[in-house]
Amino acid sequence: MTDTDLALPLPAMPFIKVEPNGVARLEFQKCTACSAFSLETNRIACGKCGARGSFVAHQPETTTGTLHSYSIVHRSFPGVAVPFVSAIVDMDNGPSLKGNLRGIAQDPESISLGMAVNVVLDDALNRKDDQGNSYVSHFFEPVAAK
Amino acid sequence: MSDVYIAGIDMIKFGRYPDKTPALLGAEAVLGALDDAGLTIKDVQTVYSGCVFNSMNGQKILQQVGAFGIPVTNLSNACATGATAVRDAWMAIRTGDYDVVLAVGVEQMTGMGMLGGPRASAIPTEGLMGSASMPATFAEAGMEYAAKYGATFENFASVAVKNHHHSTFNPKAMLQKETPLEMVMGAEMIAYPNTKFMCSINVDGAAAAILVSERKAKELGLGRAVRIRASALASDPWQERNPQMPDINSATRLSAQQAYEMSGIDPSDLDLVELHDCFATAELLHYENLQLCGEGEAVRLLEDGETTIGGRIPVNLSGGLLSKGHPIAATGIANLYEVCTHLRGEAGQRQQPSAKIGLAHVVGLGTCSAVHILEKA
Ligand SMILES: [Zn+2]
Repeated sequence: MTDTDLALPLPAMPFIKVEPNGVARLEFQKCTACSAFSLETNRIACGKCGARGSFVAHQPETTTGTLHSYSIVHRSFPGVAVPFVSAIVDMDNGPSLKGNLRGIAQDPESISLGMAVNVVLDDALNRKDDQGNSYVSHFFEPVAAK
Repeated sequence: MSDVYIAGIDMIKFGRYPDKTPALLGAEAVLGALDDAGLTIKDVQTVYSGCVFNSMNGQKILQQVGAFGIPVTNLSNACATGATAVRDAWMAIRTGDYDVVLAVGVEQMTGMGMLGGPRASAIPTEGLMGSASMPATFAEAGMEYAAKYGATFENFASVAVKNHHHSTFNPKAMLQKETPLEMVMGAEMIAYPNTKFMCSINVDGAAAAILVSERKAKELGLGRAVRIRASALASDPWQERNPQMPDINSATRLSAQQAYEMSGIDPSDLDLVELHDCFATAELLHYENLQLCGEGEAVRLLEDGETTIGGRIPVNLSGGLLSKGHPIAATGIANLYEVCTHLRGEAGQRQQPSAKIGLAHVVGLGTCSAVHILEKA
């Protein structure tokens, strides 16, 4: 193997961390004063309570959450493949995220608000930056009924 | 503090004017508002000029209609830009510093595509991390409401049917066309549940208002004057899903509450409302945000026809942003123009009978909301 084969994907969002072994995980910031979550890593104060320098790293214990809202997008900005499901998910042990809901039929009959979903990390639809780097992004998938 | 009156107000017919500059569009609205007030540009002491996509538009407008060195403030506050210009003009008069102030909002949008600001990342995020388009953003706001109170695609579509119906009585609307329910629901789906007829149109437009002090209003004669009973502006307080999911509700609730408290007017006293129906999914939410009905009652209010022309509290008699068009910075003043036109009894076929008090509302994503309550002087 050459060095280039070992190139790790880069995180598409600041709350995604890629370990040296290539495993990606979620890591948010949490305010020690009021428990508010932030998706940004370089915060200097809390938007909820105003505390300064109060944020610490928070790794959610689970990746589960519930579907809060969604839209099935049929027309988007030029060049963007449609349709896709744009969704808002409230994580059980973390903040709310916006992302694509996948692994489900793209029609309103199949999507129930409040349904249980998992937050998964995966290749960012083969989107690369100017240097050809790969990225890892977050997606939502329905929790399979047991 | 001085009471503040609208002495003159006007809007151009919204549409497509590729051969005109934003300054020229603004100049037409300004001259219309000055004529309406019986004043000239030489009477104006300061200007608040709103425009989102062009800078220093206030000076460019004065260069068209008469520039005499007065202070000009250019401002941008998303879709609440025009209403924010009016609020700043209102404050300038209330302090006693000015007697005659111009507020103007202009936007030229012909040829612009779908609006929205994708999230910052090294790679394109649209379609990867959901959608940041405006139709999807407001669809998600509507679906949040649907999850809470069971509103349906058909309920949301009915908003568009109503507002497009109203537009057939408004010669200044871009689109003046009946759209039956089947047509709205069967139109191209943009972002479920918003179809094409449930999305406001990108148009060119301008609107302007001349605000005056009580002293000046009395000097001009109160005949057609409209008194500003409340001018309120709020921003979005911290909320856990914001800004992943922009919160269009809290700022509206805060500004409405402020406006009711400031004026001592109760929502039940309102004769008409012009609210920010940038997408059909938004209107039902604002019925509750503006306290036109109780929580969870918006669908009933709509389905009972209370917000339709001839109803108890007609909403968006102008045709709303859905039919009138939505030239970002002009919209807030155009909403005030519609309310003023009814209070003056000059709304023709769509006139709300014996209208005395009206409310105008806008939301700027990002997020802010402005609410004005107007009363016939
Ligand atoms: Zn905090």
